[in-house]
Amino acid sequence: MIPKEKLMEMYEKMVRIRRFEEKAVELFLKGALPGFLHSSIGQEAVSVGACAALREDDYMISTHRGHGDIIAKGARVDLMMAELFAKKTGYCKGKGGSMHIADLDLGILGATGIVGAGLPIINGAALACQLKGTDQVSLCFFGDGASNTGSFHEALNMASIWNLPVIFVCQNNLYAESTPQWVHQKIQDISVRAQGYGIPGVSVDGNNVLTVYRATSEAVERARGKGGPTLIECKTYRWLGHYVGDPGTAYRTKEEVEQWKSRDPVKQYRANLLANGVCEEKDLDAIDRRLEREIEEAVEFARNSPDPDPEDALQDVYIGEYIP
Amino acid sequence: MAKLNMVEAINLALREEMERDDRIVVLGEDVGKEGGVFRVTDGLQAKFGKDRVIDTPLAETGIVGTAFGMAVYGLRPIAEIQFEGFIFPCLDQINNHIGRIRNRSRGRFTCPLVIRSPYGGGIHAPEHHSDSPEAILAHIPGIKVVIPSTPYEAKGLLISSIRDPDPVIFFEPKRIYRAIREEVPEGEYSIPLGKARLVQEGKDVTVIAWGAMVREALNAAEQLKADKIDVEVIDLRTISPIDSETIAASIRKTGRGVIVHEAAKTCGLGAEIIALINEKALLSLQAPIERVTGFDIPVPLPKTEHYYLPNPKRIALAVKKVMSF
Ligand SMILES: Cc1ncc(C[n+]2csc(CCOP(=O)(O)OP(=O)(O)O)c2C)c(N)n1
Ligand SMILES: [Mg+2]
Repeated sequence: MIPKEKLMEMYEKMVRIRRFEEKAVELFLKGALPGFLHSSIGQEAVSVGACAALREDDYMISTHRGHGDIIAKGARVDLMMAELFAKKTGYCKGKGGSMHIADLDLGILGATGIVGAGLPIINGAALACQLKGTDQVSLCFFGDGASNTGSFHEALNMASIWNLPVIFVCQNNLYAESTPQWVHQKIQDISVRAQGYGIPGVSVDGNNVLTVYRATSEAVERARGKGGPTLIECKTYRWLGHYVGDPGTAYRTKEEVEQWKSRDPVKQYRANLLANGVCEEKDLDAIDRRLEREIEEAVEFARNSPDPDPEDALQDVYIGEYIP
Repeated sequence: MAKLNMVEAINLALREEMERDDRIVVLGEDVGKEGGVFRVTDGLQAKFGKDRVIDTPLAETGIVGTAFGMAVYGLRPIAEIQFEGFIFPCLDQINNHIGRIRNRSRGRFTCPLVIRSPYGGGIHAPEHHSDSPEAILAHIPGIKVVIPSTPYEAKGLLISSIRDPDPVIFFEPKRIYRAIREEVPEGEYSIPLGKARLVQEGKDVTVIAWGAMVREALNAAEQLKADKIDVEVIDLRTISPIDSETIAASIRKTGRGVIVHEAAKTCGLGAEIIALINEKALLSLQAPIERVTGFDIPVPLPKTEHYYLPNPKRIALAVKKVMSF
């Protein structure tokens, strides 16, 4: 039995992600945000289900489509929004941008613009925990596209031979940019790749937050109990284009997009909570309204924050004073 | 004659060359149906089919390693790397294998491949999408590095790169992909590799630039007319091998020089050019050569990018400095 509090927290996080992403897209299209933006709308259940199985001191590495992952791990939306605006008050002082938000206090080790690069890095975090003798586990998100990189294969093998406390969570949204999964790999279930490394692998419905939560919890329990790594493939879908600006229509049919939208992870979960009598409609509406405000306030905070100074660009290249 | 931007000019060059030579195969992520992130390969798969325009998995080492094998065994591959930052994962293939195969085989193997990649800043992109790693590649023996500065130049230089028997890295300044339109003839013409272009003659000072920086240098030269400074502008075109003769001849004439590049200053190509000038034209120098470059930091985000990138104002300041030495 999952406690009610946990169930409600998962709902709240899914809605927080959805609202954040919708707002970010809106702002980006208005030209308010510099940089690139990759929207995770449609994939909320993976981020939330997986991170809900973690403790606050567990580690997590995300991807270029990472807003959802880091909100799920507990990141503050005001500091995130400020980072998207490239403001001095942002998570990375306005230098990281959408793709690189990190918060070490929350175990968010960040993401990288190099697809696949996170997998070996999560092994390092896990090995550090193993050697220090802590019981923390480490989780890495990555996409179907990333599962074709050398990094993926090297990382799975190393995690396997060293029995690392790692959970590899593949967000299989069926496309790497414009390339459909069937063009970029011959398998349908990416979890079968676990077999090649002698570790457990499962494929689950990535639009069902509870399914993702249960699968990840099992993997976390195994990892904490020194049982080694797991590969979890979550089948899901990004509703929008690869990046904001890509209509995403040249390589996907309308029917396919509509079919996935009809399986909206947030709506499904809401219906599930109501059907099972976990709470009433008004409880959920109250959460929705509160988050609506929270996101508005985050935008206000970001807008009113100062830009970085030009000299800031020279900071934090090395430790200590550095004059180029 | 059609006025094309750089994306269209490169597309035209690819199209014409693929028609001429059926050994040419384009490969990369999303290059087929999608036509590439910047649409440079738009329409090529529809025209030439899936055997000649191949959508690959996300795997840079795999793409470039495959291109290497294809080149050595009789094809003319043109690989696309979506952004310059993703070259680093496949630097192993480029440095350890592609650059060495001719020498390793004692001249028996040739490796006629082209790796195309958009590079440089100015489009407000984040980390890994705004770098200028040309000097890192120019440092590798056995490969050539080519950087066009206009649509006309891009077509001619790409044709030469494709026909060149050695491996060529072709960096496309993404910032000016669509910023300049100029007349680009249909049909073949080529611009030789290893030859710099004298863009504008002048007698007082030589400004050396390439890629998107050529336009900045020309704008600076325009501004400097008000100060009665007559600027000669050289577009290097090929970063490796460098046309040291054209540079030296210009410096012998003007006695003063400024080098402009987006990449960080330390160990940037500017340092190499200064060394070449010292070797070939030291006694003509009236002032130390100035460098206008990026700073020695990872390329910052949009809010500070315009401080990072060299601009006409910074170039003009450097020119005045060498003029008043
Ligand atoms: C090494 C590398 N190659 C290419 C890219 C360009 N790129 C960014 S995201 C992406 C597709 C990634 O697909 P996937 O791993 O399935 O993640 P998704 O975007 O679907 O979330 C590509 C090709 C990159 N960022 N890094
Ligand atoms: Mg994907």
